[in-house]
Amino acid sequence: MPTKASAKPKASTKSTKVKDINLKINNIDISVPAGTKIYDAARKAGFSIPTLCYLKGICNDGSCRICVVEVKGEKNLVTSCYAAVREGMEVFTTTQKVLKDRKITLELLLSDHKVDCPSCPRAGACELKTLSNQYGCDMNRYPGKKNEYQIDDSSGFLVRDNNRCILCRRCVHMCNKIQSVGVIGVNHRGFHTDIGQAFEAELKDSPCVACGLCINVCPVGALTEKDDTQKILDAIQDSSKHVIVGVAPAVRVALGEEFGHPIGTDVEGKMISSLKMLGFDKVFDVSMAADLTIMEEGTELLHRLHDEDAKLPMITSCSPGWVNFVEYYYPELLGHISSCKSPQQMFGAIMKTYYAEKFELDPKNIFVATIMPCIAKKTEILRGSQATADAQDVDAVITTRELARLIKKASIEFNKLPIGDWDNPLGVGSTAGLIFGTTGGVMEASLRTLSETINKKPLKDLDFKKVRGIEYIKEASVDLDEIGKLNVAVVHTLGEARKILEQIKEGKSEYHFIEVMACSGGCVGGGGQPIVCSDIINDNIDIPSARAKAMYSKDKKSGSRKSHENPIIQEVYREYLGEVGGDKAHKILHTKHKKRIRHP
Amino acid sequence: MSAFVDTVEQKEQLDAVLSDLKVVKGSLMIAMQKAQEIYGYLPKEIQERIAENLSFPLEKVYGIATFYSQFHIHKPGKYKVGICMGTACYVRGADLLLKRVEEITGILAGQTSENGLYTVEATRCIGCCGLAPLITVGEEVFGNINADDVNRIMENYKE
Repeated sequence: MPTKASAKPKASTKSTKVKDINLKINNIDISVPAGTKIYDAARKAGFSIPTLCYLKGICNDGSCRICVVEVKGEKNLVTSCYAAVREGMEVFTTTQKVLKDRKITLELLLSDHKVDCPSCPRAGACELKTLSNQYGCDMNRYPGKKNEYQIDDSSGFLVRDNNRCILCRRCVHMCNKIQSVGVIGVNHRGFHTDIGQAFEAELKDSPCVACGLCINVCPVGALTEKDDTQKILDAIQDSSKHVIVGVAPAVRVALGEEFGHPIGTDVEGKMISSLKMLGFDKVFDVSMAADLTIMEEGTELLHRLHDEDAKLPMITSCSPGWVNFVEYYYPELLGHISSCKSPQQMFGAIMKTYYAEKFELDPKNIFVATIMPCIAKKTEILRGSQATADAQDVDAVITTRELARLIKKASIEFNKLPIGDWDNPLGVGSTAGLIFGTTGGVMEASLRTLSETINKKPLKDLDFKKVRGIEYIKEASVDLDEIGKLNVAVVHTLGEARKILEQIKEGKSEYHFIEVMACSGGCVGGGGQPIVCSDIINDNIDIPSARAKAMYSKDKKSGSRKSHENPIIQEVYREYLGEVGGDKAHKILHTKHKKRIRHP
Repeated sequence: MSAFVDTVEQKEQLDAVLSDLKVVKGSLMIAMQKAQEIYGYLPKEIQERIAENLSFPLEKVYGIATFYSQFHIHKPGKYKVGICMGTACYVRGADLLLKRVEEITGILAGQTSENGLYTVEATRCIGCCGLAPLITVGEEVFGNINADDVNRIMENYKE
């Protein structure tokens, strides 16, 4: 069971004995461990090499041939992301031969690429466009036959335009290796090679879990989110609608990147101002609904712990990509998934019930929009049993990227905006709700509330550091009166979550409670977040952690760090929902999950 | 296209193959080859069974099946007509033979006629360049021919 890391130190002392390799890169001496790729050695020596396929930890196929370098004594150019260093090697990264070769490769890629940059949503962050520009490419150098593909926009959350695809295979590796979903792959061969689903099925008829991480790694505009900004603009224009927007925790620490801020900048205040300028009637924080989730999920866990027949471990249900994954691939384990709606859906449900009643509004005239770091949230609003007040709980979802697009479209000068405040009465969440946006955050918020409500005394230290950080599987144990030791685990990415599910299937899991988030690093690394150039990823910069840091530092300084002490939450239960986990709360805040057919 | 049906015997054979290969690493292509030996082609139902049993995503199986020209996804016709597109045949007018075969059968290379009679394939070099240009029907080879000869040859494969 939970493996101990005791064997590790031995292995690491062994590895330090491996001899370093000495080589020269552009005449600069450098030593790197054996096995290092030329690409990484060059970076270490201070020379960046362009690439369109290599992505550290994800894709290492050497398919794009952009990263070629010259090696003294070698007849042909060498693919630097693929070839390892050798003793005494002399590498040159920017000779005339190299530059000319890269230019030709880029022009060949352009020869079978739909060059529609003005209307491509990726234009601003397209790596092919940037490189072609830098290398002074002629996009018409190789006229000839182009492949023509139908655009797959069947799914309602993702659009695949293979006419723009350059076959780098990053998306394929993300889907197969990191997420273990494998719904997309390389089909056919030669000039007819394309990326797609089995038997050319449309995406809507495939077991895609909608995590959207393939979009984030695409170097061009072949993969994009389904743009729902027009739905929001239409609602704002409609005077009969009361338009509420709820913003997920992870959006505020990433949106700034779209406006030139460094990764990990918190732009909450400016973001609120921009939403008000866009014309939303109310701007609320979904952290508030995350606090509700903590209350309901914690209560559900206690019920399960006291019920001998209940399924344990209980696993969180906040991440819709994760829920889709279990429904498609492990339907037999659905009983382990908490029946709680996600914070987004709780947010919508509360708006169309409690809020509607309190302000005497017809739920049908309330339009709830949310801004999410997530693609799967677009699928979640259409799930069954998510329409509490006979109206969809949430009407439209846009991602962080789409919000940036809206702000730019409205010519709002984001960086000049004043600091705005959330609207009352449902605007404020605790920072326990805020840290929901990172891996370990849901668990930490839960442990704060569970410890205090069960042990009936305030926690001395609210930081549960064991569940923080970027490690894929984290474990912790907490002592709770009357319950004893509570074993918890925190997992992110679906490939790692699959391991935890296999453990449960084999009856070997000793956990009581598990947090799973589908995306790497949790929502901060979600499929709807700003695109980060592969150069930065290949520089070993941990983007999710940088964004999460902004959340933790806000939490550290906050005066409201516990969900159960959020006065708004207390009021909602007192005035409307009644008992936590009671009948009314169940009707409004819980849902059902069901098995799905993989290949209809 | 008619729905896929298999015999009890075929199913048993495939089950045996898959249960043997389940524990063998790197056996996906072997399983696909054996399945094709049993069924003659790899329809969706069979690819699904292979994927499920060997714990691969269906797309992985499909990707391999569409990469190698030796795998067939659609049920082949009664007569498999191959037109060699190797260099020798090509320079001696294989494209004209292909065009004529397509006219006669009413289908394009890579397709199977709806009546289930023909599958037309533009093949790579089959290694008898001395006979170029040539076509094959099943195991029969017809070499040193022109487009009009194709009409004569195909007369023998009408039902």
